[in-house]
Amino acid sequence: MRYHTPSTYEEASAVAAGASGLTRFLAGGTDVLVQMRAGMVLPDDLIDLKKIPGTSEISRTEDGGWRIGVAVPGIALGAHASLKADWPGVVEGMELVGSTQIQGRATLAGNLCNGSPAADSVPGLVAAGATVEITGPDGSRTVPVEDIPAGPGKTNLAKGELISAILLPARGQNAGDCYLRFIPRTEMDIAVVGAAVSLRLDGDTIAEARVSLGAVAPTVILVPEAADAIIGTTLDDAALSAIEAAAKAAAKPISDKRGTTEFRVEIAGVLAKRAAKIAYARAKGETA
Amino acid sequence: MTKVHVQTKINGDAVEFLADPRETLLDCLRDHVGLTGSKEGCGTGDCGACSVELDGTLVCSCLVLGVEANGKTVDTIEGMATGNDLHPLQRKFIEHAALQCGFCTPGILVAAKKLLEVNPDPTEEETRYWLAGNLCRCTGYDKIIRAVMDAAAEMRQEVA
Repeated sequence: MRYHTPSTYEEASAVAAGASGLTRFLAGGTDVLVQMRAGMVLPDDLIDLKKIPGTSEISRTEDGGWRIGVAVPGIALGAHASLKADWPGVVEGMELVGSTQIQGRATLAGNLCNGSPAADSVPGLVAAGATVEITGPDGSRTVPVEDIPAGPGKTNLAKGELISAILLPARGQNAGDCYLRFIPRTEMDIAVVGAAVSLRLDGDTIAEARVSLGAVAPTVILVPEAADAIIGTTLDDAALSAIEAAAKAAAKPISDKRGTTEFRVEIAGVLAKRAAKIAYARAKGETA
Repeated sequence: MTKVHVQTKINGDAVEFLADPRETLLDCLRDHVGLTGSKEGCGTGDCGACSVELDGTLVCSCLVLGVEANGKTVDTIEGMATGNDLHPLQRKFIEHAALQCGFCTPGILVAAKKLLEVNPDPTEEETRYWLAGNLCRCTGYDKIIRAVMDAAAEMRQEVA
């Protein structure tokens, strides 16, 4: 195995594009090192991104959004008060990933590129309308987060392409987000179902919303029907019933040891409803 | 396989070693540096027996490559006591009999030490969440939590 420490994303992309064997990018390493140890993935070229300037930084963008480096660990997101104030749902999703030790290393970009349908940090990013900057052999482009996962363990990134930053839009006023997951214990588990809601209010009425579900399809999914169910409402009982129904209709989970199809569908509705309530309260400036 | 020259500061001392890039920091600590206090339980980041601080951040050393430690500081269980004087956490673990086989203990001590640096007055719930990534199959955790809470109380009084 060759260990590379490129100093730019272009260089990292060139190494990956020119490699003939198996390639892996290394940020936090909490998935890659486990796969290497298990013998599932034995890279010929391992490209450590952490020597690239900016990979560990969180910075405000010109439009008032955020640019998050690919090696920023969960613990740094949780410690960033302004980011957490803007996007509590995004941060709480990442903070649910693993233990304190894992939080010291695990990253948003890694959680996204690992391609798990149950990735806890991804629904929050999708609901937030986050995008990723991709650097590849043909230059860089920006795509929505929901376009990255292709299926369990798979992404739509082409050979030589890598994520070079996570971009969150400006939060703006009267807005809130939330991520909730169901697990049968209190900590250190994989989501049986996850749901994220981000919304903006005009007075008491929801003007914009995005809803995302995790662990109920081969990828984390954006559910426009669930957003439509609450847009134009004050999140009254009828709207809550509508978002519940829309989330259940969109959920197409498998049955496995962590939950049956029927259970996951039911929980998708419940969590979408609860996440919407919390996001609404946060948009109102209430602490929830 | 070309080995990589790694320069680190471990428990305050400058340490150099040659690492195969596939070796974990845990392997390097144990096999190249001779610091065998950090244990390999699962090797996949689930059990926390290999907990160390890397540039002041609590991590599983089994999920860090040795080569990644180049230019960084590493703090392990071996640096916890000051000479023959045990750290208050170490003393309290003995007083409360918060260990049986002892395999998980170095990792738990390293993790608990970091907790008390970040939060000198944690609640029991905060302590249990912080240590959720440190598995112990002997004690049932209760004595561990009591030892950490007692050490925290003693350390707060010492400062005051």
